[in-house]
Amino acid sequence: MIDAPLRRTSLYAEHVALGARFVPFAGWEMPVQYAGVVEEHRAVRGAAGIFDVSHMGELRLRGQYSKLVVDYLVTNDTKRLSDGQALYTCACNEQGMILDDLIVYRRAEDDWLVVCNGSNRAKMSAHFGQAAKDHCDFEDESERTALLALQGPRAFEVLARLGKEGQELSTLKSFHFRDATLAGVDCTVARTGYTGEDGVEIFCEWDDAPQIWRALIASGIPLGLRPAGLGARDTLRLEARLALYGNDIDESTQPFEAGLGWVVRLDKGDFVGKAALERARSLPPTRRLVGFEVVGRGIARHGYPLRDLGGREVGTCTSGSPGPTVGKNIGLGYLPPEMSQIGERFLVDCRGKNVDATVVPTPFYKRSRSGAKP
Amino acid sequence: MKTSTPADLRYTKEHEWARTSPEEVVVGITAFAVEQLGDVTLVNFDVKPGDDLTTGKAFGTIESVKTLSDLYAPVTGKVVRINEALATTPELVNEDCYGKGWMIAIAPADGKATELLMDAPAYDAHVAASE
Repeated sequence: MIDAPLRRTSLYAEHVALGARFVPFAGWEMPVQYAGVVEEHRAVRGAAGIFDVSHMGELRLRGQYSKLVVDYLVTNDTKRLSDGQALYTCACNEQGMILDDLIVYRRAEDDWLVVCNGSNRAKMSAHFGQAAKDHCDFEDESERTALLALQGPRAFEVLARLGKEGQELSTLKSFHFRDATLAGVDCTVARTGYTGEDGVEIFCEWDDAPQIWRALIASGIPLGLRPAGLGARDTLRLEARLALYGNDIDESTQPFEAGLGWVVRLDKGDFVGKAALERARSLPPTRRLVGFEVVGRGIARHGYPLRDLGGREVGTCTSGSPGPTVGKNIGLGYLPPEMSQIGERFLVDCRGKNVDATVVPTPFYKRSRSGAKP
Repeated sequence: MKTSTPADLRYTKEHEWARTSPEEVVVGITAFAVEQLGDVTLVNFDVKPGDDLTTGKAFGTIESVKTLSDLYAPVTGKVVRINEALATTPELVNEDCYGKGWMIAIAPADGKATELLMDAPAYDAHVAASE
């Protein structure tokens, strides 16, 4: 590892003032928690939470052929998108292994935004930049783009308190986005997220982020909003069974075994990894990413071996933690297909101690749709 | 944030505290350790009463939502009690780390063993240096 100094987002001083504890993450000094992971998790499930995710990468492709470049690099079918619509997808390599999971935003037929994981920004910037060469304009806008996530059942009330444009955002459909001016800041608001709750993600200029952050905090605190760190972000996404790149998926996993076959459209035109994924689709899977509950006394963690009841190592835990809302210790891990059925019992090797676990349906947590306007 | 460090306890570099009485040394983790861990969700003991422990040996693990830490014996001796309440209410560690959230009690081989550990001012300096 290169010991480069950690970078700070434009909200660093806000986090310090709010009492954040920081951790290094993907080269950034990011808030892992403020009041506490569980309290922040509950705030997001019960009211709202605001996250600084400015470490995410924003890649912009523009020009006549940008739609073809983007579509060629991702597994999902971007031709289905209209202006102002976004799509979750994988980007694979030629071997069909996952380079990153992304959200692709169609601003216009000739103007695309691709949001990648912070930990993959250099890799994906090079990947998209290379493919764009001679075909369309490419710009890595990560350095000047801040990203906030406002998530939770009261997220749209929080926005509404900012004024008319905030109120109108409640008409935004799921996985749609539009430009808006909030708290005097020009931004792009997308009805997307990574928590299993309703909410939005807000892109703005790097230095404008504190203004909008402070406005959302002031608007939201009376409604129960809390600033939330990467700790809560992780427990929230795990309960919603949203994959975390570097934990559940990486360049050694392909989308089908990770349960991401729904973002692979083999019926679309050619794309990077298509031939390998067609082969993979025609073969029986060797393993499946499953959700499980730890029944015994233990908390599964990333990297712990999974064993059959005879003690033989059969897989690996990729994510695990207590699930504050589901009230159980939960996890994700790869198991052989014959052991991936709901109800299957196996063991999690918690540092030498075998603890009982059971495959359960996912998502572990699903929000009630009442009141939401997806 | 400053939590006052009880003056009547001794401390290890790994953020355990030790309270010496004539018959035993009661062991727990410090407020600093608790703050670093966050919400404690699981305490597991690898020892039971009657087991021998040596200084620096792990006697269990404590887990919060995000992380797992080993618990180390501050002195050599025999385990006399473990805090069974933590099996069902690990949050006692968050609520009262110097009291109801204690971990184990050890009958020390050497009654003066805790004198080798840090006193409160030395521990405060250790925490300040590690922050």
